[in-house]
Amino acid sequence: MAEPASRGIRIEALRKRYGAGDTAVDALKDVNMVVGAGEVVGRVGPSGSGKSTLLKCLGAIMEPSGGRMLLGEAPIYADGWRIPDLRALRRDSIGFVFQAPYLIPFLDVTDNVALLPMLAGVANAEARRRALELLAALDVAHRARAMPSQLSGGEQQRVAIARALVNRPPVILADEPTAPLDSERALTVIRILNDMARQFQTAVIVVTHDEKIIPTFRRIYHIRDGRTVEEAGEGRTPG
Amino acid sequence: MISLAGRDILHGWGKFVLTGAGLGLLIGVTLTMAGVYRGMVDDARVLLDNSGADLWVVQQDTLGPYAESSSIRDDVWRGVVGMPGVAQAANVTYLTTQITHAGRDVRAMIVGVVPGGPGEPGQPTRLVAGRHITRGHYEAVADVAAGFALGERIGVRRNEYTIVGLTRRMVSSGGDPMVFIPLKDAQQAQFLKDNDAILQQRRHTAENPAFDRPGVPGLLDAVIASQSVNPYVNAVLVRLERGHAAEEVAEPIRRWLRLQVYTRAQMEEILVGKLIATSARQIGMFLVILAIVSAAIVAFIIYTLTIGKIREIAVLKLIGTRNRSIAAMIVQQAVGLGLIGFVVGRIAAAVWAPIFPRHVLLESGDAGRALVAVVVMCILASVLAIQAALKVDPAEAIGG
Repeated sequence: MAEPASRGIRIEALRKRYGAGDTAVDALKDVNMVVGAGEVVGRVGPSGSGKSTLLKCLGAIMEPSGGRMLLGEAPIYADGWRIPDLRALRRDSIGFVFQAPYLIPFLDVTDNVALLPMLAGVANAEARRRALELLAALDVAHRARAMPSQLSGGEQQRVAIARALVNRPPVILADEPTAPLDSERALTVIRILNDMARQFQTAVIVVTHDEKIIPTFRRIYHIRDGRTVEEAGEGRTPG
Repeated sequence: MISLAGRDILHGWGKFVLTGAGLGLLIGVTLTMAGVYRGMVDDARVLLDNSGADLWVVQQDTLGPYAESSSIRDDVWRGVVGMPGVAQAANVTYLTTQITHAGRDVRAMIVGVVPGGPGEPGQPTRLVAGRHITRGHYEAVADVAAGFALGERIGVRRNEYTIVGLTRRMVSSGGDPMVFIPLKDAQQAQFLKDNDAILQQRRHTAENPAFDRPGVPGLLDAVIASQSVNPYVNAVLVRLERGHAAEEVAEPIRRWLRLQVYTRAQMEEILVGKLIATSARQIGMFLVILAIVSAAIVAFIIYTLTIGKIREIAVLKLIGTRNRSIAAMIVQQAVGLGLIGFVVGRIAAAVWAPIFPRHVLLESGDAGRALVAVVVMCILASVLAIQAALKVDPAEAIGG
């Protein structure tokens, strides 16, 4: 696994247009964001505001129509992908946390987390050691041999966070990570994301419209008419 | 790297094994069909082996005595045994008939052999109980497959016979058990007319002025007497003297006795290539159909299993799993299913083969070929599922 050379993510004038001609729709017109290493920011907006489109562009799943994206100082997109292997980019440099944990049901907790380093070519024993280390940090090491179906919702989300972090990516994209959780567990998840972001110097973008967690962000990005508007958040300590 | 397919199989092993077992029963039927064909070929070869003959002398222009009816006089053997290279020659008759015994019908091949000649061509071999036929009439040696016991009496046509010996694997090319009886009785059984028919025949003969000429008073009695005996057999089985080639002995018999002679290779070609050819084609068609059905079932199962994991596949692709790893997972599962199916099928075929009405011969070579076919079939069957998996967009893990 290649060690990411730089931390944090910068997005400049990112655009995404669906279709062409009269039927073209601009989902993202001029998105600008800067998320530093160790920082957790909120990206808030109602349905249809381009939330999923932005996540897909940032996650290197969908190609933007223009603009620039940089990991640290290295451009990954500048009016075209600058990285030839997007699969490896996703594996090594971007962590994903979903609304539902989407753990692989036929792998136990340890292997769900260890799978990513294994995919990157890390030896099984070393991958499992890293996984167990993270599971311990997230307080779920006691469920290391359990199957996902044996975990509570909160435990599953912690394992999903461990999976997102295990390759030490510079960026984590969290898509509604607290939606299925009650207030207490939602705030716990945000606290964990904050702790991990600081510990691993990871930039975390949380896409949400969960009112419970919005006050915890120090900075919030809204998208209005396809353009980003940044505002300061309350930055309350979660949990 | 961990085996995704192996973990998935272990995770839902009950469902997987049950599905494999279902497929296995189908594979078992396929193996059994192949076994039935092998059994037919084996029966044909056993029939030739057990006859103890090197040459079959039959009526000209016939494929007798097994594939076509053949009729030659029962004194022909004297001429045959005098030909150079012939060690032994024996008359034999074959008649497939239904024997009613203890309230059930047994289809059997009645073989007429000269009594008191164990070791001669045509005599029953593989005797497992009792003795050979020693008397000229009303004794029988039967194959155990007929279900008769020593000392029991069975009826063949108008006569009753006592079972004095039992054999094993003495069957016709159709798989019917053989029942050996004395040659004279067999000739009578084969050509015997009922009383009414005999009376009618005598009346017709007597009314024929050519047989009742005033100047030849004994002619009618002589003609009727000649009609009352049956001097015919189906074949003469020949055993060669050591050091003589079959064709070298056969040719003079064809030339000088004006009879058809088949060597072992020619007779095997008649039995396997002609007599059971249609059955073989039918079984071949069944095998093809069963293979197609099995492949369709594997394809459907693997496709359904894959479609049920679309979200997991999307997540796997999103986190950087290579397409070839996902394809390998699907292929391994398909092959795993096929292997479970093959093992279950092999066991099932071995269990039900002995209770099959026909001889089912499960050859390890066929099993090996079936295993290769199952693996190839499973790989081909997984193509649809692989296509579906490769089409999965990693974005499906995110939704929206």
